[in-house]
Amino acid sequence: MPAIEIPKEKWSGQVKEVTLGATAADGGTRVKTVTIGGETTLPFLHFEGQMPHRPVIAIEIMDRPPADWSPVLLEAWGDAVQNPADWAKAAEAAGAEIIVLHFSLGPDLSADYAQKIVRAVLAATGLPLIVFGPGQADLDNEILVPVAEAAKGENIALGVCEDKNYRTIVAGALAHGQLVVARTAMDVNLAKQLNILISDMGLPLERILMDPTTGALGYGMEYGYSVMERLRLAALQGDGMTQLPMIVTPGEEAWRTKEARAGEGIPAAWGDWVERGINWETLTAGTLVESGADVVVLRHPESVKRIDAMINALMNN
Amino acid sequence: MALSGLQIYKLLPGSSKNPAVKKHANCKACGFPTCLAFAMKLSQKQAELTQCPYVEDEAKAKLEASAAPPIRLITVAANGSKLAVGNETVLFRHEKTFYHQPGLFVRVKASQADAAAVAKAVNDYSVEYVGMDLTLDGIAVEADGGDFAAAVSAVKGASSLPLVLLTEDPALAEAGLKAAEGLTPLLWAATPDNWEAMAKLAARYKAPLAVRVDDGDINRLVDLAEKVKAAGVEDIVLDPGLRDYVTSLAVFTQLRRLALKKNERRVGYPLIAFAGDDLALAGQHIAKYAGFIVLDSFSPGTAYPLLVMRANIFTDPQKPIQVQPGLYEINHPQPGDPLMVTTNFSITYFAVANELESSGLPGWLMVADAEGMSVLTAWAAGKFDAERIAKSVKTLGATEKVNHQSLIIPGHVAVLMGELEEELPGWKIMVGPREAVDLPAFLKMVRQPA
Ligand code: B12
Ligand code: SF4
Repeated sequence: MPAIEIPKEKWSGQVKEVTLGATAADGGTRVKTVTIGGETTLPFLHFEGQMPHRPVIAIEIMDRPPADWSPVLLEAWGDAVQNPADWAKAAEAAGAEIIVLHFSLGPDLSADYAQKIVRAVLAATGLPLIVFGPGQADLDNEILVPVAEAAKGENIALGVCEDKNYRTIVAGALAHGQLVVARTAMDVNLAKQLNILISDMGLPLERILMDPTTGALGYGMEYGYSVMERLRLAALQGDGMTQLPMIVTPGEEAWRTKEARAGEGIPAAWGDWVERGINWETLTAGTLVESGADVVVLRHPESVKRIDAMINALMNN
Repeated sequence: MALSGLQIYKLLPGSSKNPAVKKHANCKACGFPTCLAFAMKLSQKQAELTQCPYVEDEAKAKLEASAAPPIRLITVAANGSKLAVGNETVLFRHEKTFYHQPGLFVRVKASQADAAAVAKAVNDYSVEYVGMDLTLDGIAVEADGGDFAAAVSAVKGASSLPLVLLTEDPALAEAGLKAAEGLTPLLWAATPDNWEAMAKLAARYKAPLAVRVDDGDINRLVDLAEKVKAAGVEDIVLDPGLRDYVTSLAVFTQLRRLALKKNERRVGYPLIAFAGDDLALAGQHIAKYAGFIVLDSFSPGTAYPLLVMRANIFTDPQKPIQVQPGLYEINHPQPGDPLMVTTNFSITYFAVANELESSGLPGWLMVADAEGMSVLTAWAAGKFDAERIAKSVKTLGATEKVNHQSLIIPGHVAVLMGELEEELPGWKIMVGPREAVDLPAFLKMVRQPA
């Protein structure tokens, strides 16, 4: 009987490498930089291509104590949530490789305020930084450009650019040498289109991370999962506008669900609250790592540990 | 792999080299004008091979083999339930869909004092998710030195789920199979050392048999599967013996590709994976190609997310799970109770309905036809706008059942308020909270204005 030959896919495309952060040598103050992307294979199939960089974990911190976070998360971070600089340090200690600073809506949200917070966070941690606005077009525009200016030289990423609101943010990134995060609603063509629009403004693809959007486990995760698989397949097949590293926010999505937020009046079959919440985030994030995520943004320190262990195991070939 | 019409034609009497067969060419007995026409219909699965009385045996065997699924469907069964895995057709769910959810089995050891209690807990576990009752699939009983037959009997008594018998000792395997009399358990495992005895047992007791190597070597695994098959076992499950993330991902992917893309019949069987206590590893096996997954322990906080993940990954990507549009009564509402509107995407509907039900508050939940999309998705796609909501109010019976004119809309679509007031003259539109979790508190507040 003939021996079986292991089939290998021959991919022609490669995901672009993107570097976040800048050390003193490159005009920044980061202690280290993070490079992602570069894949020439589907996730972790090391037998047929390269995955030169491991997927990395970012931890999300807020500019002020979050009003709507699960008590499980608040408990885990303790007093650190009172101050974004402390929180950034705690996140670094918890294993973050990137800090995502997420601004919330607040009465005092302004350009000055945002710059002050960004400077404090940059001073508190040596990790590369991603900054998300509160998610309202006018406010995002109002703070992200000054943030880009305040972080000059640091090679941070600004987010999120959406089809209706990307020009000002991209202009800010261009003017101050930063990157952007481009988010679209779970659709391969929308993702490509936004990448085209952004690169048409003059920002090289090497300075874009794409966020195809994810849903939480049980709340639409499978749509995001499949879109990410399709985007990565397209990238490997040579479609240039899909060859960007992917960033997703499973932490935010998972901790918004009832499963993670509610501790009382829930069915016994849901099990222990803390365990369930962490499992919800871990399983959402782990599934996305396996479908091609290059950066997962997480919220709970224990999920960080578990996803880190998982990524280590998957890179160990 | 399916054959094309022309490939099939080459096997029909019209192409035969045997004059006694060839003479029937285009005889129309099959109901089609020519052998070629019949071949075309066969390839489109619009005809049955049995319609032609003259197909030669050899050709028949080839045609039947080509029609068989590339991954064999394997069934394990118990008194109360059964599980069928295999028969998958794609590598990625977006290409079509995944069909047969992998079985989730919890391991108990024969030496374990509470084996029966764990089995019962696994058996009784059920959790509701978007109107479905999700359950685990079975118990894997491990012969680890205790009285295996007694443990199998105890588990069989405590649970009505299918079993996997974990032992490589043929004597223990036989004791376990005897104790499992009447069920169809999966026997794990035949190895290069014990396969003859295990194959005999599997054939005698009509149990599917897992074959195992210990190093992920596909050729050694196939060699073993072929031997077991030659010994009369057809229902085979493959265990490449890997227990980690990265090598199991590689080998499971290779096996799936071989079966589907290379039409390699020798690997055309479901796979069994052992995930220990690692939730994320079990998750990998759900998405990447296991047919059976054995977990080392059971806890509701782990079972629930895994069952939900499995349901998600095995949802047909072409059709979102939906509920029937209509006016739903929650907690026996009276005409004066609140009226709320949501969409007919199952996840959305159940998020809201469950919240209301568990709060005990009565209310009317109107489910608009939003083509199975979530609130914001439907809104963005123009399937949940003021016009559609107003139409639902008029056509779904709200005006007959409810004696007031006020409607609560989801907080995420607060922007619809003005337009809705225009579409529904005289109505008061209230913007509810964004998330369903906050709905009960909101309803209490509306009832008793502070
Ligand atoms: C999964 C998903 C999809 C899936 C569809 C799944 C489905 N069957 O609906 C797919 C991939 C197909 C999809 C497509 C699109 N999507 Co979409 N999608 C999502 C995603 C990730 C999750 C949605 C979800 O399922 N949520 C879970 C359910 C349970 O939430 P829900 O319905 O809102 O219900 C909650 C609350 O509203 C509340 N609630 C519900 N009913 C009621 C009733 C009352 C009275 C109250 C008080 C509360 C309440 O309770 C629920 C639980 O808290 C979101 C982003 C996100 N992370 O949320 C984007 C999102 C909704 N999509 C978006 C868009 C733009 C689209 C597209 C238009 C993109 C495009 N151009 O192709 C298409 C439209 C579809 C089409 N044209 O066919 C945008 C909408 C943006 C906006 N605000 O306008 C979002 C927000 C993503 C984004 N940030 O851009 N999407
Ligand atoms: S029955 Fe149909 S397929 Fe068979 S020989 Fe006659 S015409 Fe050909």
